[in-house]
Amino acid sequence: MLVSWKWLNELVEIKKTPQEIANLLTMSGIEVEGITFGLADSANLKVGLLKEITKHPQADKLVICRVEIGIAEERTIVTGASNVKAGQKVPVALPGAVLVDGKQIERAVLRGVKSEGMLCSAVELGMDVEKIPAEQKKGIYILSDTVSVGDNVVEVLNLDDVILELELTPNRADCLGMLNIAREVAALTGGKLKLPLVKGSEEGHECAQMAQVDIEAKDLCKRYVARLIKDIRIAPSPLWLQQRLMAVGVRPINNVVDVTNYVMMEMGQPLHAFDYARLQGKKIVVRKARENEELVTLDAQLRKLYPDMLIIADAEKPVAIAGVMGGLETEVTTKTKTILLEAAFFHGASVRRTSRTLGLRSEASLRFEKGVDVEQVRLAADRAVQLLAEIGAGTPVEGCVDSYPGREERQPIKLRIEKVNQVLGTALTPETMEEKLKALHIKVVEKNKAGWLFLPPSYRRDLVYEVDLIEEIARLYDYDKIRTTLPEGVTTQAIRTAEQKLRQQIRKTMVAQGLLEVLNYSFINPQQLDFLGIPEEHALRDVVTIQNPLSEEQGVMRTTLLPGLLSTVQRNVNNRNKNLKFFELGQVYFAHGFPAKQKLPMEKWMLAAVSTGEKEKTWAYEAKKYDFYYLKGVLENLVERLGVTANDLCWEVVTDLPGFHPSRTALIKLKGKKIGILGEIHPWVLEKYEIEQRVSMLNIDVEKLGAEEREQKVFVAPLTKYPAVTRDLAIVVSEEVVAGAVAKLIKKEGGDWLSEVRLFDLYRGQQIQEGYKSLAFSLTWQAPHKTLTDEEVNNLHQKIEKALQKEFSADLRH
Amino acid sequence: MREQLGLLKEKAEKELSQCKRLDDLNAFRVKYMGKKGELTKILRGMGKLPAAERPVMGQLANKIRDSLENKIADLTEKLKKKEMEQSLLAESIDITLPGIGPELGRQHPLSLVIEEIEEIFLGMGFMIEEGPEIELDYYNFEALNIPKDHPAREMQDSFYLSPEVLLRTHTSPVQARTMEKMRPHLPVKIIVPGKVYRRDDDATHSPMFHQVEGLLIDQVVRFSDLKGVLLNFAQQMFGADQKIRLRPSFFPFTEPSAEVDISCVMCKGTGCRTCGQTGWLEVLGAGMVHPRVLEMGGYNPEEVSGFAFGMGVERIAMLKYGIDDLRLLFENDVRFLRQF
Repeated sequence: MLVSWKWLNELVEIKKTPQEIANLLTMSGIEVEGITFGLADSANLKVGLLKEITKHPQADKLVICRVEIGIAEERTIVTGASNVKAGQKVPVALPGAVLVDGKQIERAVLRGVKSEGMLCSAVELGMDVEKIPAEQKKGIYILSDTVSVGDNVVEVLNLDDVILELELTPNRADCLGMLNIAREVAALTGGKLKLPLVKGSEEGHECAQMAQVDIEAKDLCKRYVARLIKDIRIAPSPLWLQQRLMAVGVRPINNVVDVTNYVMMEMGQPLHAFDYARLQGKKIVVRKARENEELVTLDAQLRKLYPDMLIIADAEKPVAIAGVMGGLETEVTTKTKTILLEAAFFHGASVRRTSRTLGLRSEASLRFEKGVDVEQVRLAADRAVQLLAEIGAGTPVEGCVDSYPGREERQPIKLRIEKVNQVLGTALTPETMEEKLKALHIKVVEKNKAGWLFLPPSYRRDLVYEVDLIEEIARLYDYDKIRTTLPEGVTTQAIRTAEQKLRQQIRKTMVAQGLLEVLNYSFINPQQLDFLGIPEEHALRDVVTIQNPLSEEQGVMRTTLLPGLLSTVQRNVNNRNKNLKFFELGQVYFAHGFPAKQKLPMEKWMLAAVSTGEKEKTWAYEAKKYDFYYLKGVLENLVERLGVTANDLCWEVVTDLPGFHPSRTALIKLKGKKIGILGEIHPWVLEKYEIEQRVSMLNIDVEKLGAEEREQKVFVAPLTKYPAVTRDLAIVVSEEVVAGAVAKLIKKEGGDWLSEVRLFDLYRGQQIQEGYKSLAFSLTWQAPHKTLTDEEVNNLHQKIEKALQKEFSADLRH
Repeated sequence: MREQLGLLKEKAEKELSQCKRLDDLNAFRVKYMGKKGELTKILRGMGKLPAAERPVMGQLANKIRDSLENKIADLTEKLKKKEMEQSLLAESIDITLPGIGPELGRQHPLSLVIEEIEEIFLGMGFMIEEGPEIELDYYNFEALNIPKDHPAREMQDSFYLSPEVLLRTHTSPVQARTMEKMRPHLPVKIIVPGKVYRRDDDATHSPMFHQVEGLLIDQVVRFSDLKGVLLNFAQQMFGADQKIRLRPSFFPFTEPSAEVDISCVMCKGTGCRTCGQTGWLEVLGAGMVHPRVLEMGGYNPEEVSGFAFGMGVERIAMLKYGIDDLRLLFENDVRFLRQF
């Protein structure tokens, strides 16, 4: 909502600067988002009359104008504009004038001809080109013939107005009219209101004989007022009216349209004018559209009407879409003799639905949507009629038709004095409260012990509850003046839940291991699941689809974190960052019977990590790959940190996981429960993402990490003082034998005192037969209560060797 | 014999003083005190002396030997130290070569900020509650006093999954869920961090973003308490000199409602580009829980009262870290992520 400072000053007495008023409004809940100051300089901007225009002798594109700027005062001005003609009145910037861009006009010589000023365009004058007639947007701004030569252009065009831009909250639709903004300013400053005097009309008379109003859809139209104006003379509005409209962002059209817009901006009540002669049966019917009805609207579009739309019809057919747009056939034209002026209250939600369906939103529909003041509908019509008469646009027909089926008695609101102070934490006196409410025209209707009864003005439809009045008091008292306290209730202790702690610990541990945390959107392109090669019936296809996505890119809720992470890798690799390790801790979403069987889809916390590239070779150390084993180590560390030993993890080969490498992927189990997968991404998938390097990925179901169990305390194992004995064990086994199985057997055979089994070498190549590999383990024994003898250790070692020979046909190497 | 010993002592001490290396010392010891050493020989020759001279000579010889031994020991110590010093010199390294430490990971700035907010409110006794991101229209709107056709629904254009189910547009539905869960228990004292979604995607809006909601319901909770708690939060989050400013505003689920500004973190309130020369930054929405919301949540508004607030995590992260482009937060560029 744009507010003209000059207009506002006519409605309320103001002794403050625009900046001060803006601040007061903002601090009382009507946020002023911006202030636009117009042109300040005025003395050197004058209305000039073009007496003669001649061609410039040296330049094809320039003309020389002889301009009259006062009695017997002429100037020669050179211009490049092509739209000027002798006899026109134009804005002339004389030397010394400062234009809106800060440019100061000086005398100049243009191609040998002296120029004593400049003719100005709308832009140079600081006018908003969006709000002026199309033909005035380019070239020199042509002034109305009615202005006087030598007059100040700033005054003529109202260029020095200050515009406040309001950002209104949905509850303050009443401030979509200048009058209520003026009332608000008066309440804040104590300034005197100077509201326009409107002569009210009486129901009936000639008007009622000439027109009839029939509200069929009483649920969607609370009130409809019709007034008639005859002897209509369509013409441009007077300048002051045009200026007002332009200042608040409305383009002047003609006197009738301008007056309806003026009253809308002034009182917040949209109006519509029909060509009375074209209304069949001289009748207005407010009803819902019927099946297959159509209407050509003012914009010359044929609109199909749906049965839930509220329309205005005459005796035969629709003539307007209520609150949204009028029909072309009943449009007011230069041939119009009599107009029927409509002022009504249409149901906000209905107008919103219709305007959305048709894609037609306007200043009028916006006001109906937010709710107009039903009590002032007739006053708005009367105001418009009065203005039309004042500017000579027509002659009012006496009386009006006022159909008001939706009349409701407004109930007063009870306010308890102690409640106000209890809610706010203040110690305001009843007098202060009453004074604040009175300033807002909220009247006391009764005072008794149980509480005072207040009746808000009709335009404040947002005031319903006691707390609404409390807010009004607080708002006018000033939120800043309310003291600062701390809650006085019982002290509570707050800690994270087990699940929250688990997630925090996961995050910290992943970060501690050198991974970067990322955050991706929760929605993905369903095509990404195709990229991963997920089969049709797979669980990851159990997606929840967004009905109104912004784009196909964000069409479904993710069932896996993988696509987001792969896209992250792709983007970074494209930026030439090739060594990457990321993790994301976030939710995935499964339909899981939604919407047929479940009210809501299923949400689940997942941890995923990707790694690719390597830790690059340094001057001292070799490169280390960010591969499968890197992520495996990360997970082992993580579970250790979470209080389970890496030994509790079990790794199973899985060859058919969609999206993963068939022979480099593992299913991970923790104490027998499947918790996730770790593997290399399938090269086909990488190709789809245009990633040309191997990528590994870990995907863990966070819930399965067991938040509850983890709450158990760690019991520290005693540190033995007896020495450890270490033996190396090297074997050659066939390639099929996996290291994990060998280690498991060693542990089984090595006895209780075998405290560590560490694989320190894996070798293939020279001296090893093809199809075989050498594994070298370092085994450590340590007993809590004694020093182990060589013999004891040797026996165990031999036992292990025998078992390995038997189980894996291992060849022992000494 | 006496002269012989005297000469030997003199000669030995002279030689000893010329020993420069540990090897020289060893040779010296062998020469004089070894099995065939000169002093050893003399000591062995003691037997030939008359019995009366033996003790005297023996004592003298032993004294010379002890003195030499002591000197050898001293010198050994000195030379060892010297040799160690020399060998360490040869081990010098280039201390300017780059270090090779383990790599540092980083938390995402948004998760860092959420954690910081959580810590502040945990310290004030607020539990952390969570709720579904895919939410029923009832909890997202109705239970928050936003009935169908309410103009406030327009403020939040939503992603719908079915006519009654949507991606939550704010963390406020967890207010309603928590009240239902906890009624009639008091106090309800929670914060709700989480993802929220709105149909907006431009330079200053992301279709997915994060909020932290706060709710306190107790027997008596005042607007002034809201001010106190938020001031406390702002000062812990942005510094002890922070000021806050509350402006009347509108939310369907609170009344009175307020927009909460903090003094600009860039210019400390003097006015700059970040705060549009106002000295203030809008970071929070807040208010007293609307009686209708309490009622729907199962509490009697005549018996309890409460406040609620909500803040955008992205906004706070951007202010805190000087991030000027919202999109950086979701692009996951390592060059960005490594800075936290």
